[in-house]
Amino acid sequence: MISERSSVPPADAAAKYEAVIGIECHVELKTASKMFCGCPNAFGGEPNTQVCPVCLALPGALPVPNAAAIEHMIRAGLAFDCAIPAFSKFDRKNYFYPDMPKDYQISQYDMPLTQGGVVRYWLADGTLRECRLTRIHLEEDTGKSTHAGSGDGRIAGSTYSLVDFNRAGVPLMECVSDPDIRSADEAVAFLDALKRTFVQLGISDVKMEEGSLRCDANVSLRLRGAAEYGTKTEIKNMNSFRSVHRAIQSEIERQTGLLERGERIIQETRGWDEAGGVTHSMRSKEKAHDYRYFPDPDLVPMEIDAATVERVRAALPELPIARYERYVDAYKLSVAQATQLVDNASLAEYFDRAVDSAKSPAGVLNFVLGDLSRLANESGIEVAHSKVTPEALAELVALTDAKTINSKVAKDVLVRLWNDGGSAKAIVQADGLAQVSDPAAVGAFVDAALAANPKSVADFAAGKENALKFLIGQVMKASRGTANPALVETVLRDRMR
Amino acid sequence: MSADDLLFTSGARAIARSVNRRERSAADIAEAVRVALPERDRDLGAYLTLTPDLMRQHARRVDERIAAGETLPLAGVPVAIKDNMCLRGTRTTCGSKMLENWIAPYTATAVGRLLAAGALPIGKTNMDEFAMGSSCENSALRTTRNPYDFDRVPGGSSGGSAAAVGAELATLALGSDTGGSIREPAAFCNVVGFKPTYGRVSRYGLIAFASSLDQIGPFARTVEDAALAYDAIAGYDPLDATSLNAPNEPTADALRTDLRGMRVGIVKEFGTADLGPAIHAAYAQAYADLAALGAELVEVELPTAKYGLATYYLIAPAECSSNLARFDGVRYGLRVDGADVGEMYEKTRAAGFGDEVKRRILIGTYALSSGYYDAYYVKAQKARTAIADDFKRAFARCDLIASPAASTPAFTFNAKSDPVAMYLMDYYTIPVSLAGLPALSVPCGAVVPEDGTRPMPLGLQLAAPLFSERLLLGAAHAYERATQHALKLPRPQIAKAP
Ligand SMILES: [Zn+2]
Repeated sequence: MISERSSVPPADAAAKYEAVIGIECHVELKTASKMFCGCPNAFGGEPNTQVCPVCLALPGALPVPNAAAIEHMIRAGLAFDCAIPAFSKFDRKNYFYPDMPKDYQISQYDMPLTQGGVVRYWLADGTLRECRLTRIHLEEDTGKSTHAGSGDGRIAGSTYSLVDFNRAGVPLMECVSDPDIRSADEAVAFLDALKRTFVQLGISDVKMEEGSLRCDANVSLRLRGAAEYGTKTEIKNMNSFRSVHRAIQSEIERQTGLLERGERIIQETRGWDEAGGVTHSMRSKEKAHDYRYFPDPDLVPMEIDAATVERVRAALPELPIARYERYVDAYKLSVAQATQLVDNASLAEYFDRAVDSAKSPAGVLNFVLGDLSRLANESGIEVAHSKVTPEALAELVALTDAKTINSKVAKDVLVRLWNDGGSAKAIVQADGLAQVSDPAAVGAFVDAALAANPKSVADFAAGKENALKFLIGQVMKASRGTANPALVETVLRDRMR
Repeated sequence: MSADDLLFTSGARAIARSVNRRERSAADIAEAVRVALPERDRDLGAYLTLTPDLMRQHARRVDERIAAGETLPLAGVPVAIKDNMCLRGTRTTCGSKMLENWIAPYTATAVGRLLAAGALPIGKTNMDEFAMGSSCENSALRTTRNPYDFDRVPGGSSGGSAAAVGAELATLALGSDTGGSIREPAAFCNVVGFKPTYGRVSRYGLIAFASSLDQIGPFARTVEDAALAYDAIAGYDPLDATSLNAPNEPTADALRTDLRGMRVGIVKEFGTADLGPAIHAAYAQAYADLAALGAELVEVELPTAKYGLATYYLIAPAECSSNLARFDGVRYGLRVDGADVGEMYEKTRAAGFGDEVKRRILIGTYALSSGYYDAYYVKAQKARTAIADDFKRAFARCDLIASPAASTPAFTFNAKSDPVAMYLMDYYTIPVSLAGLPALSVPCGAVVPEDGTRPMPLGLQLAAPLFSERLLLGAAHAYERATQHALKLPRPQIAKAP
């Protein structure tokens, strides 16, 4: 391995070049069973307990495609405006690898389930971006090896290896983007868009830490304004969105440094070293693989009829990008607020239902991202699963907006809704919590407070403003928070003048 | 009826009838087979593994089911299974060192169906390694002899199954046919061998040679028994994505006694004059016998059939190069250790596979290689389509096509040491396989080979349009009933001459 520590190039050098980035990612599909057999598709489990003749590639075993996985692919394709060809097929990608039981992977070569398409996404500052997709295809995952005897789990120096085939045959979607991404920020925002879309569609958990999302990045530089692409490197071993950002940034800086020194970029695969914060060349002596793709004769070509595509399309939920644009354009939410909601689909649906009833996005947003989210965090119960129905929240917002109750009472009512459920209106009515703005009624509370606190009255007369605050508190307490606080102050000052 | 008579001469239908009527128990049959088989197979070498315990278990179950009122189509019928089909708990070797000690943990669909129909598993039969060969000589584990001449091969690759049925060491047997591996040994061993339409019988549990061609089928001493066995194993299997999802029409009730109204195609390009005067005369007689039964003989053309061999020897090796990759020493079968995993692969595969398997893996790997793929694999697929189209055109003019099943009768051991000479044995069967058609070989006479002294059987191949199993078996039955060639040969040999 060759290590080249990059030093950050000066700002003017960075401005000279434009990064050209393409992302390739593998996403494990969420299905009940594996891609070509009936074994459960579940993360973890004792090694080699979720296996059968098919996913162990025992002699004579045959694959049968998982229809749910194919439908997930159509869902993903439609979400990104990909073409869904009427015919598709599986091919064998032949190479020997101990993790891969058949010593070929069932994948898709020249007739993937989806072609083209575009991912629309937004950056933290609200800028909208697009990245075209080359294709999304369906394949199967491999098992996992553990190398023993070397002390560090690496194959070098190990005395034997153990293979766990629980993951072998899990349906895997490979998304390949065009090189339309221009920065590490964009790369992460693009991945966020993929992630939130796949989660929303229910087709994957997209957990990088569990390996259900794995991604590689192709990075090259060119002079700003140039049409030609520069020589690219492929970055591997990135284990989180943060490491994707760091790795791409580091690679851009390394390549900038090389170009500034007049050196050539070598086309190669580079591994990201999380601890060292640099990429290493993974050049190996092995010659390029010839995968000898050919159509898998165990599987018949897939015909995807238009009716199926339309059925799947009709059942698609509102997609994250559409929801985001609605929140920002129609509801005037900030980028951060809209993102927070969009990334929590159940909360966003709750928000939408409350807004439908309350017609006050701002009022609902206050509660949903404020007190409701706080209660949810404290209790571990999702807002959508709490006793506060969107309709009850809408009532609460309406009561607050109409100044029927003040914000202090609203907070209390929300807690009662959270604990006991029910209707905000009913609680306010039953407990007489409506704000009291009648001067006579407020005057009665004030008179009682003045009579009970002669010392405070004297202090106020002596110029102590704090005494007024104390008296307001006493009135509010006596009225159980229902007195209109502004009116209370006016009446108090009036009485003590 | 003695045990020997029942086992060694009776047909499947007769055995099943007597067991279903409780005239004889399956347990008694199993016991008779268990006692007699090892000695009878000692010199013939049809079996690689005998499964007496399993046979006894199944016999008990059959007797229980019949006692409970069931009628089973193959009740108590002793069957042999080619050793490339998985049978749970039983060694399944594919005739290879690679799997010499591999115990299958599951049962192939076709085998399971045969046993569910009441059949009793005698054991697993010898074969060319991974079904690659036409003589059984490529088995790494045993030599199987032709029951009509111990100096001759039984044919291949399903040589053990053909010999077992031919020598009356099994009433029925399962074989697999990729390019002729049922039909050619059936012809050599004087039995009926039937390859159904591709997709009719599930391949689940059949160890793959060439997935797009492999098809399981039965061996029997009569067409009727072959139809019974086929009816038991055919039909959709959700575990095989290439299995045909269509209702399965039984064939055993479609047997006819004449061929009136039927047009039989004689292929212009399949002239038999080159096969020598005796063979030529035998086939001329066979065609005349078909006509005598009422068939109208029509000449049909298969102009692309001559590319069959070349096409087959690209497609089958390409698929096998990938199918056999899994034999890598990692999970099961033979492992020869190496310094690293790459060396382990190399040593394991070098030691585990025989020459013919290696040859085909090499050819297939080459044919799929980048830069050669279009010139070989893609072109072969186009040729395959052209051949299938030729058959479609021919079947517009006829209902069945008749031809030799093999180019010669059974030959002596080591006579075909040149691989291409061996490949030529399947000249007539390969085009039919490439088109996926149902076809069978039925005994049609015998000739004394130039280098021999005993008459050796010949097989007539009858091929039919896709999914026309009823038509095919019905017609073959009429021919068999009228000619009775299988019975004209002397009783087969089951032991070396003293
Ligand atoms: Zn499995």
